[in-house]
Amino acid sequence: MSAQPDSIRTPEALDVAAVRREFPLLQTTVHGKPLVYLDSAASAQKPQVVIDAERDVYERYYSNIHRGVHQLSVLATDAYERARARVQHFLGAREAREILFVRGATEAINLVAQTYGRRNVGAGDEVLITGLEHHSNIVPWQMLCEEKGATLKVAPIDDAGVVDMAAFEGLLGPRTRIVSVSHVSNALGTINPVERMTERAHAAGAVIVIDGAQAAPHLAIDVERIGCDFYAFSGHKVYGPSGVGALYGRAALLEAMPPWQGGGDMISSVTFEKSTWAELPHKFEAGTPNVAGTIALAVAIEWLEGLGLEAVAAHEDELLAYGTELLSAIPGLRLVGTAPDKAGVLSFVLDGVHPHDIGTILDYEGVAIRTGHHCAQPVMDRYGIPATARASLACFNTREDLDALARGIGKVQEMFK
Amino acid sequence: MNDLRELYQEVILDHSRNPRHFREMPEANRHADGHNPLCGDRVTVYLHLAGDVIEDVSFKGAGCSISTASASMMADALRGKSVDEVRALFDRFHDLVTSDPSHAADQLDASSELGKLAVFSGVCEFPMRVKCASLPWHTMKAALEGAARASTE
Ligand SMILES: Cc1ncc(COP(=O)(O)O)c(C=O)c1O
Repeated sequence: MSAQPDSIRTPEALDVAAVRREFPLLQTTVHGKPLVYLDSAASAQKPQVVIDAERDVYERYYSNIHRGVHQLSVLATDAYERARARVQHFLGAREAREILFVRGATEAINLVAQTYGRRNVGAGDEVLITGLEHHSNIVPWQMLCEEKGATLKVAPIDDAGVVDMAAFEGLLGPRTRIVSVSHVSNALGTINPVERMTERAHAAGAVIVIDGAQAAPHLAIDVERIGCDFYAFSGHKVYGPSGVGALYGRAALLEAMPPWQGGGDMISSVTFEKSTWAELPHKFEAGTPNVAGTIALAVAIEWLEGLGLEAVAAHEDELLAYGTELLSAIPGLRLVGTAPDKAGVLSFVLDGVHPHDIGTILDYEGVAIRTGHHCAQPVMDRYGIPATARASLACFNTREDLDALARGIGKVQEMFK
Repeated sequence: MNDLRELYQEVILDHSRNPRHFREMPEANRHADGHNPLCGDRVTVYLHLAGDVIEDVSFKGAGCSISTASASMMADALRGKSVDEVRALFDRFHDLVTSDPSHAADQLDASSELGKLAVFSGVCEFPMRVKCASLPWHTMKAALEGAARASTE
């Protein structure tokens, strides 16, 4: 997260003013103040091209997919499958059939737990996660472990919010069947060393699932380089629509896995005696999906790649460094989560002021942040706090946004002094 | 800042900084835990009931300024009241913080009988904060009715 001085910026540096103009919502006001949106870790705003893409589907070629011989169905199916190829390249997967469309990261993780997990985890086995997981990477494993009589192990984090790798490795053992870790923590911003974790998990004979919900908007992802078995992300956090996301799974594993939901599209033949399953990826895509949303997700990814993933990351790193310095200078403010390797998140608490009050007062200044436990109660417990205030960064944020945040915090402190 | 001051009235800020009746009560004969899962606020309300009368009220917990001040002022207001009076007050307070802000008349109606508690009238303008103000009251009601737990969900 090193700040880049202006002098060594490449010509491709992000034109943030131009990026901002693409977002209709960023032109609006809240309580009479220009909107300062610092809540993209919860969900990102959408550029016009994504909004237009979804409408375009409905206006020009919407139909169900994989089902008709008519022209519209051919067009819609074709666009849907091109979206799959786009996601494949975004994640660096070898084959398009390794990409399954789902509702989002939550559904992706549940899919792995309910199929691979139920088939491969038994009594006395273990699932390993870390102390900085989102509830959606805790609860599906708890449900699985409870059903199977397996044990959920948790690798602890240190005060900075970094996973204790010695403990992580110590918790891997001959009974570890699945390791599931976030690539980037939503509550603290910590980037996990997923390549090393993957190597360790594989050495112990376990598969590894990576929850990339917070990584996808910030980091260039390459599942082949990481070497992971599964990778999950949500469309709405990468400037795409809500309710659609993807799961990458290694083809050999997906082929051996039983289907999850049964229904249309996922079968090759059905009789009342027995049904046989369709080929990948359709085996895992029962029912009519979010056709327009999936196509718009691919447009969002294309748009993000068009900005340049490296330019976006450099811009956000620079903002993170700026924001870290700015907030650290505020008396009575404590940053929660200070890992050396971080992306996109400034979580903090203020002496004598509950995060909920910070959120309400900032909202009056037009500054949207998230307050609460961020679906990561165990992280809050680790720090002995009920909640934090969290400002999170996106490609469209600026130093002025962070200045507005700091000024707003000043008003909070004035109110509560 | 004007609207914000309607929420964060001086009295509310004062009670949140220096909550009254903020202690455990070993001699309580009723108590309940309240939790707002959305923001993590937790409050335990203790009641000492003598016959039909609330002799003493106290609370512990960690919450935002609105829930802390609400608990503190609730405890002030409930001491010495009968169970029936407390129930009526609960309904009034509930109406006050959940009323439609465009119906100022309803609010006035409710606030006239609430005394000091009327400072919470600004809360109804902040839908995300209604549960903060009402959590201690729901918890108190749960304690009164012998339930162990209250939640805003
Ligand atoms: C790290 C992480 N994992 C998983 C999720 C769940 O994503 P979704 O709600 O889109 O399924 C989130 C979203 O909040 C997240 O931040």
